[in-house]
Amino acid sequence: MDSVIFDLSQTSLREVNQFLHHGANGNPIKIINPDGAHNIAVGLHSPITVEIAGHVGYYAAGMNQLANVTIDGNAGTGVAENMMSGRVHVKGFASVSAGASAQGGLLVIDGNASLRCGISLKGGDIVVGGSVGSFSAFMAQAGRIVICGDAGDAIGDSLYEAVIYIRGTAKSLGADAQFEPMSDSDYQTVGELLAKAGFSHDSKDFKRIASAKRLYHWNADANQDY
Amino acid sequence: MNHSESSQSLSLEESAGYDRRILNYIQNAAAHGLYEIRGLGAKRRLPHFDDLVFLGSSLSRYPLEGYREKCTTKTILGTRYAKKPIELEMPITIAGMSFGSLSANVKEAIGLAATEAGTSTTTGDGGMTSEERLSSKTLIYQCLPSRYGFNPDDVRKADAIEIVIGQGAKPGGGGMLLGQKVNPRVAEMRTLPEGIDQRSACRHPDWTGPDDLTIKIQELRELTDWEKPIYVKIGASRTFNDVKLAVHAGADVIVVDGMQGGTAATQSVFIEHVGIPTLAAVRLAVEALEELDMKGKVQLIVSGGIRTGADVAKALAMGADAVSIGQAILMALGCNSETYIQNGTHHSAIADYNALGTAPGYCHHCHTGQCPVGVTTQDAMLEKRLEPHVGARRVKNYLQTLNMELTTIARACGKQNVHHLEREDLVALTIEAAAMARLPLAGTNWIPGWQTGSSF
Repeated sequence: MDSVIFDLSQTSLREVNQFLHHGANGNPIKIINPDGAHNIAVGLHSPITVEIAGHVGYYAAGMNQLANVTIDGNAGTGVAENMMSGRVHVKGFASVSAGASAQGGLLVIDGNASLRCGISLKGGDIVVGGSVGSFSAFMAQAGRIVICGDAGDAIGDSLYEAVIYIRGTAKSLGADAQFEPMSDSDYQTVGELLAKAGFSHDSKDFKRIASAKRLYHWNADANQDY
Repeated sequence: MNHSESSQSLSLEESAGYDRRILNYIQNAAAHGLYEIRGLGAKRRLPHFDDLVFLGSSLSRYPLEGYREKCTTKTILGTRYAKKPIELEMPITIAGMSFGSLSANVKEAIGLAATEAGTSTTTGDGGMTSEERLSSKTLIYQCLPSRYGFNPDDVRKADAIEIVIGQGAKPGGGGMLLGQKVNPRVAEMRTLPEGIDQRSACRHPDWTGPDDLTIKIQELRELTDWEKPIYVKIGASRTFNDVKLAVHAGADVIVVDGMQGGTAATQSVFIEHVGIPTLAAVRLAVEALEELDMKGKVQLIVSGGIRTGADVAKALAMGADAVSIGQAILMALGCNSETYIQNGTHHSAIADYNALGTAPGYCHHCHTGQCPVGVTTQDAMLEKRLEPHVGARRVKNYLQTLNMELTTIARACGKQNVHHLEREDLVALTIEAAAMARLPLAGTNWIPGWQTGSSF
């Protein structure tokens, strides 16, 4: 099928997003000259394929439902934030809050992700080819984050039921986060997510971080952990 | 020694600094090692709308006939950028309160009442329930730091979006929902394990300051094809600067919530000691809009302790476009009343208040989930104590009463439109209120702290 091409240096963002919401008929869509614009391809809600050729600003593919979005460049703050389903692939690096609060779908970042990757995660999956910055997975509630590199400070602070798999080292664990033994199902999960993301690492090299659940209930002796 | 001599010899000089309330606080802290958490808003006495009065009409102003001449209350919010602004029959809206803190029955009752009264209701920190969407003609969908249940489909179903930066009861704090209220449905909507003591985030996960907020607002506009108004709600603190920043960020409507605003559960030290009174906040917000020449272009909703039609009228006269009410709506539903109504019959709830260690008139135990009148509960038995249609009738009656009181005052001030009420119609009864509201003390031309020609 022929691609529908939008040149963001010629067409307004409003026009492009309006088309992606209401006009797309199944043909792949390519957006050229994004030039770091914010809010490209937010609120997609049909199974369309979108390729963005270049760097994007904040909230690219935000709140995605069903669509398959590839960013052939770096992504700014909050790429695929609140994603519900579908797939978002950043071929470069991602800035802060990548995949924040995502409830479903798969976010793949080939490079590194900055601070707070997967913050407030609510069920989505994130696979990062490189490393993640401090406070990643902060207050993450559900979903899985696979980190092929290292993590900064306070990984998994105040986690709920989300699980982190890390291949490298974590500079420090956040409040109430702990390393746990990998089970067979953990190895299988990591293997599946790596395969979906297109990485060839061995799942045996990953460690599991999850919540110790000591902050699930009020505890007068927890002191400053609150 | 007889009995009367014995009692006369007792020394009962209470300390002002260490009165029985403070003694009780110290002894509780010593016993438990953990602060108190409670519901509702600030209980301390604060300068408030009660400290203002309207001048009314006489020889120098001309009144309207109270029962004959029309006085409109129509209110339009979100005219700055949205293709579909919110149109209401009255300038009195219902504040965001979560499903989780309130039962589904209560959310339904509120929606039914708001629809009948021609006003809007608002979701809360637990996502949108099908009950409230179905029952509410006009529903404002909150985007909160926690993002519990936040869903683009619900964004599209909403009539406006309210980005919550903070609330008056706890500016700078996130929500709390103690485990007893996190039942299976609440847990599922919030993606949390059942029964945990849930602490909401106090900062948004994907933006950190006013420049980011500008882009976040644009994202929501793009998602909704620029149709829906975007409100920004702030807890009253540095209100003058916060309102200016929210305007710069692109808000259509700004909601300012003063420290009397309620909460479902927060540390009482937070409720009583953080934030500024609504009276000061509304004046600061209006000044910010005026300085930017945005008065009337960006609408202002004021909340935090709005109880009566007089409160509404005073907020409007000071420059608000509408008010928002939370706690008083719960009270209209039966909060703190001695009885609850089942099949048309009143039943006493006093024993249940007593079991919580309180009594009707004093209860602030929303956080326990054991609300004796079935309002702030997720308990399957207790929530039945609030029948949606009974609650809806009471809330609608309450809203109607406020609106009638509002027009009574507006007519007395000679206004055919409640939005024509103005600062010149008001004077203050106390020096504190005069200073905070920047209105003259009654019978004088004195505004403490203000000199002609100065902007502050």
